[in-house]
Amino acid sequence: MKRIYVNEKWCLGCHLCEYYCAFANSGEDNMAKALKDVVIHPRIRIEQQGNVSFAVSCRHCQEPLCVKGCISGALTVQNGVISIDSEKCVGCYTCILSCPYGAIMPSDTGAVQKCELCTKNKEGQPACVKGCPNKAIVFEERGEVQ
Amino acid sequence: MTRYAIIGNSAAAVGCVEGIRQVDRQGPITVISDEPHHTYSRPLISYLLEGKTDRVRMQYRGADFYEKNGVTPLLGKRAASIDPEKKTIILTSGEKIPYDKLLVAAGSRPFLPPTEGQETVTKVFTFMNLDSALALEQALTPESRVLIVGAGLIGLKCAEGIAHRVNTITVVDMADRILPSILDEAGSKLVQTHLEEKGLTFHLSDCVAKFEPDAATLKSGQRVPFDILVMAVGVRPNTSLIADAGGQVRRGVVTDEFCRTSLPDVYAAGDCAQSFDITTGQERVLALLPNAYMQGETAGIHMAGGEGKPYDRAIPMNAIGFFGLHIITAGSYQGEEVLMQKGNTYKRLFYQDDRLKGYILIGNVERAGIYTSLIREQTPLSSIDFDLICEKPQLMAFSKRARAKALSGAAG
Ligand SMILES: Cc1cc2nc3c(=O)[nH]c(=O)nc-3n(C[C@H](O)[C@H](O)[C@H](O)COP(=O)(O)OP(=O)(O)OC[C@H]3O[C@@H](n4cnc5c(N)ncnc54)[C@H](O)[C@@H]3O)c2cc1C
Ligand code: SF4
Ligand code: SF4
Repeated sequence: MKRIYVNEKWCLGCHLCEYYCAFANSGEDNMAKALKDVVIHPRIRIEQQGNVSFAVSCRHCQEPLCVKGCISGALTVQNGVISIDSEKCVGCYTCILSCPYGAIMPSDTGAVQKCELCTKNKEGQPACVKGCPNKAIVFEERGEVQ
Repeated sequence: MTRYAIIGNSAAAVGCVEGIRQVDRQGPITVISDEPHHTYSRPLISYLLEGKTDRVRMQYRGADFYEKNGVTPLLGKRAASIDPEKKTIILTSGEKIPYDKLLVAAGSRPFLPPTEGQETVTKVFTFMNLDSALALEQALTPESRVLIVGAGLIGLKCAEGIAHRVNTITVVDMADRILPSILDEAGSKLVQTHLEEKGLTFHLSDCVAKFEPDAATLKSGQRVPFDILVMAVGVRPNTSLIADAGGQVRRGVVTDEFCRTSLPDVYAAGDCAQSFDITTGQERVLALLPNAYMQGETAGIHMAGGEGKPYDRAIPMNAIGFFGLHIITAGSYQGEEVLMQKGNTYKRLFYQDDRLKGYILIGNVERAGIYTSLIREQTPLSSIDFDLICEKPQLMAFSKRARAKALSGAAG
């Protein structure tokens, strides 16, 4: 399955991926309107320290601890994509406790949010990948662990 | 064709069905449960009373779960015993269900300490399953004065769920602090203050000496009047099916890393079974939903003859919140420690022998899973940047190589 892979060597720490993510999931048509004067809650996050930076988002694990541990059944695997049903989620944060990458985060709505590879917004393809000016984030097939 | 049977219809049972079906699409599965409901999420009963979910959304799996997975659900039926020699389950109705592989996922039941006068109380409830929550809900009125015995996870989740629809809530516990199984003294105090601000009253280091129909006299001599009593003192694993059949039982059913009991072709998973806690090296019952699911899945894969991984990474871990204040804890609290406290944010990390052993996070719980993973994988702390990991859970603390593997290697 195609996944997002990150190469920290190429990451500029520009945070554009975060903005593209927030825009893609905002439901707005205009990027300026969607992001102006708002605190964004992107599903991909840059970690930065000195001159090292890299983006972290859901790895869509083959053995997803978040799904196995979800107390409500809100997290499921849909064709390999780890997907969240925010209607079912009660915001218990068991998935935040479980995810080894820190890739699930609280949202404004009470439900948690996470990267769903832009399968549920109009982008259809990961917006962060498109928005990265230096190809530090790619979306490709690299084989699975056995 | 292998015939599978599962006693129980909750997290461990669902894990087992999904485990079996990863390996065997054919063998018929019979699920037996005395609860007459489609599989639902037990922890959501407090959210149901709070109005944060409903009967449909709280179903643990979709309406087509049984059909899709070739499961025959026998709901509202109780297993009376199992005969491991004849490989049959005998229901209380007298029906006999044959099996080739059996999972006992019978969960736990509330523990009710015998107390003087308890038989005089008419409005007494437990808070363990959907029916008990619905019965409690029926009894609630805006005037209700509720007494909850037990300041553990279940008692306090119940309190949160009903707080907006009753007059007062008083909680009594023998322990000197609330949530004693997961919180230290300072953390407990912080959460208690938060709950008191929400209107709860606590009597700690105290217990009910005597019940009257509408009041409890505590050991300290105080008298607590109430209209509704909720007993949430603790739970006991349902081990009798296995014990009566001659299987090995200690606190919970004794199982190995594939969830096999000492009886041939009989497995056990979830709240009725023991797990091996890697943070203490001891067998204990970890009555937690993720543990139940993963044990069930491991059992299912093995029952179906699959090459499943052993379940050997069990740790105690909890995510729980009350009125917007979130708590995440994991592991065991032993060894040296790092402590940070600022307002309603509390963090305590425990480490020993170059390993993270446990942690308590209150308030800011972001990315806690990175800490959980250090405990579960027993990552040597000398291989990561200790200051960075103490500051906050972050992948930056790992070596470049470990990071490259995590973020650009194959997904685990
Ligand atoms: C109010 C509440 C809140 C909770 N919150 C959390 C939380 O936030 N996070 C968390 O991780 N865990 C939580 N838990 C614990 C969690 O619900 C359990 O760990 C989990 O449900 C265990 O699943 P299980 O499949 O082992 O057993 P159970 O869910 O207990 O299910 C066992 C089933 O077997 C049935 N059964 C038993 N004996 C028989 C028999 N002889 N014949 C037929 N059927 C039988 C029972 O009726 C029951 O339906 C909570 C529990 C409660 C009560
Ligand atoms: S949220 Fe975390 S545990 Fe779940 S699939 Fe993504 S990376 Fe894996
Ligand atoms: S916060 Fe939502 S998605 Fe995460 S475990 Fe709880 S119910 Fe499931």
